[in-house]
Amino acid sequence: MSSSTPFPSGSISSVSGTTVVVRGDDIDTDRIIPARFLKCVTFDALGPAAFADDRAELAGRASGQHPFDRPEHQGASILLVNRNFGCGSSREHAPQALMRWGIRVVVGESFAEIFYGNCLALGIPCLMADHDTMLAIQQAAEADPARSFSVDVAEATLRAGEQSWPLDLQQGPRQMLATGQWDATGQLLANDEALVATVQRLPYLSGFTAT
Amino acid sequence: MADSDRRIAVSSGTLYDKVWDLHQVAQLPGGATQLFIGLHLIHEVTSPQAFAGLKDLGLTVRHPERTVATVDHIVPTTSQLRPFADPLAEEMLATLEANCAEHGITLHGLGSGRQGIVHVIAPELGLTQPGMTVACGDSHTSTHGAFGAIAFGIGTSQVRDVLASQSLAMGKLKVRRIWVDGKLQSGVYAKDLVLHVIRTLGVKGGVGYAYEFAGPAIDALSMEERMTLCNMAIEGGARCGYVNPDQVTFDYLKGRPFAPSGSAWDEAVAWWSNLASCADAVFDHEVRFDAASIAPTITWGITPGQGIGVDETVPTLEQTDPDERPLAEEAYRYMDLQPGAPIAGTPVDVCFIGSCTNGRLSDLQAAAAVAKGRHVAPGIKAFVVPGSEQVAAAAEAEGLDKLFVEAGFEWREPGCSMCLAMNPDRLEGRQISASSSNRNFKGRQGSASGRTLLMSPAMVAAAAINGRVSDVRTLLNA
Repeated sequence: MSSSTPFPSGSISSVSGTTVVVRGDDIDTDRIIPARFLKCVTFDALGPAAFADDRAELAGRASGQHPFDRPEHQGASILLVNRNFGCGSSREHAPQALMRWGIRVVVGESFAEIFYGNCLALGIPCLMADHDTMLAIQQAAEADPARSFSVDVAEATLRAGEQSWPLDLQQGPRQMLATGQWDATGQLLANDEALVATVQRLPYLSGFTAT
Repeated sequence: MADSDRRIAVSSGTLYDKVWDLHQVAQLPGGATQLFIGLHLIHEVTSPQAFAGLKDLGLTVRHPERTVATVDHIVPTTSQLRPFADPLAEEMLATLEANCAEHGITLHGLGSGRQGIVHVIAPELGLTQPGMTVACGDSHTSTHGAFGAIAFGIGTSQVRDVLASQSLAMGKLKVRRIWVDGKLQSGVYAKDLVLHVIRTLGVKGGVGYAYEFAGPAIDALSMEERMTLCNMAIEGGARCGYVNPDQVTFDYLKGRPFAPSGSAWDEAVAWWSNLASCADAVFDHEVRFDAASIAPTITWGITPGQGIGVDETVPTLEQTDPDERPLAEEAYRYMDLQPGAPIAGTPVDVCFIGSCTNGRLSDLQAAAAVAKGRHVAPGIKAFVVPGSEQVAAAAEAEGLDKLFVEAGFEWREPGCSMCLAMNPDRLEGRQISASSSNRNFKGRQGSASGRTLLMSPAMVAAAAINGRVSDVRTLLNA
């Protein structure tokens, strides 16, 4: 499916919706979006290709379809994962594919750094939970795929009805998301004077000739 | 700023601290640091959307002279005649050419004599230098840390940010020193060392860290070996890895096209020499290894951390950390390897020598030393892909191309090739490859069920000759 909700913009204080659980540690970005789909000059068509090979591998298996193919998860916006999610290649195509499929927030035990930064740059918060909490969250989500969950980004908490689970989100990204400043471009352009000063003090930018 | 301030004192601490301090532009409202990027490398896969984003925002390239482009991921390694047979690949290269022309960015294109894998050409052109910050939309940018640079991969939104502002919003990493005593045995290479490190510390072990590689065994490595080592820091979860610059670094750089020359050379060496981590630098963590105890190392599973010595057996579940058992079970199924079985003797179908990890001249020489006077086993597809046009020319000048062809290997044109299979080079079906590349992820080499065994180029050559995984030391001593 393709996302019907708008892409993230402005302040991101909470994300609500249904969930999709993709279990397993060390799920790399080649699995999230295989390299052949990187042959493109825009990200527009990536949504349907998310987890393409994993989905094809499980199609028709007795063990069941990949969660991204199950009817009950179509329209899900909260992705629930385990450890070191998004490791490997730096390809932003991975979070772009997830976002275009419909994902607006990822909760997991841990994330690879480049993937985490790529998500933040798109306004997709990645929040962490400890191992036992994550397993409890995944179990609760799988028990009732129609149930609506809500990630409170500002408070780093996941809620579903009366239940809630504590999450972890560093102060920096939390503030950037809350203030709508997760897209760094504007901030980086605001300091041109300091940038010029940096250029002037780096010897390799002046041919090592400064005295 | 007054002239007297231009040569600011280098701060104390680790090389990482010093380079970080030198490149800090400002503290950003969200808590991140704005870090100046000294060298920005781009290629055809992760840049088109960045240039489009720049245009959407009405921005231009802030320092076009600090961005350098080449084409590597999508180029065919058989015929590189334009237009490419694959219209999508052709469109990507044409887009890169148009973007570079529009913004005044140097592109080292096909046939220029300088084209190649981005992490091969920047060092060999002397673009990568100690003390720089280096960024590229490719996770193996960690390679450039071999020079004592702080180098890391970025996503496309960040490529756009570097184009727009020559800087990035970054958080500072912790530093783990990986101290390696002793000396690598004959037949054991930097690739084996780094696979051993990742096997020991895990693929998540480096998350949040920069890896400083130091100690007698590291001092003894050539620059090309140091590049192999730092290249795979990211496979251990460390976004960057580095080696302190020393005489080996300076000797490598001297005379290269974009390295300082004349009186600037001496100034540069003086500055570079001060960048190394201080003797009293404090590391957040330290791990020690003994190089002499490391065997040729090979992966058996689906992450670069699932590695073993060539003389070992595929670990059983009982031998596996409980946390890692689900992944091990997935790997047994996918790889169709039996727990407890020796890895040596595993039949292979395809043998690939190349990539940003092991596509440099010394890698090809090491493989050639094994292939010389021997022949690829029947039914094995074996091919050698030089990392750059310069590597190809240097190898051909010493006759390595002929040596490989006589031994039954194909000799190809430079590119990323079957490392990630964004070009015609790929595995078919359940084929299993012996590969000198960096990732053995499921589907990585272009077939959703294809299998990859990572190893050194010499070990790949040994696998090609014997048609099965073999201890290269037995061939080197034969």
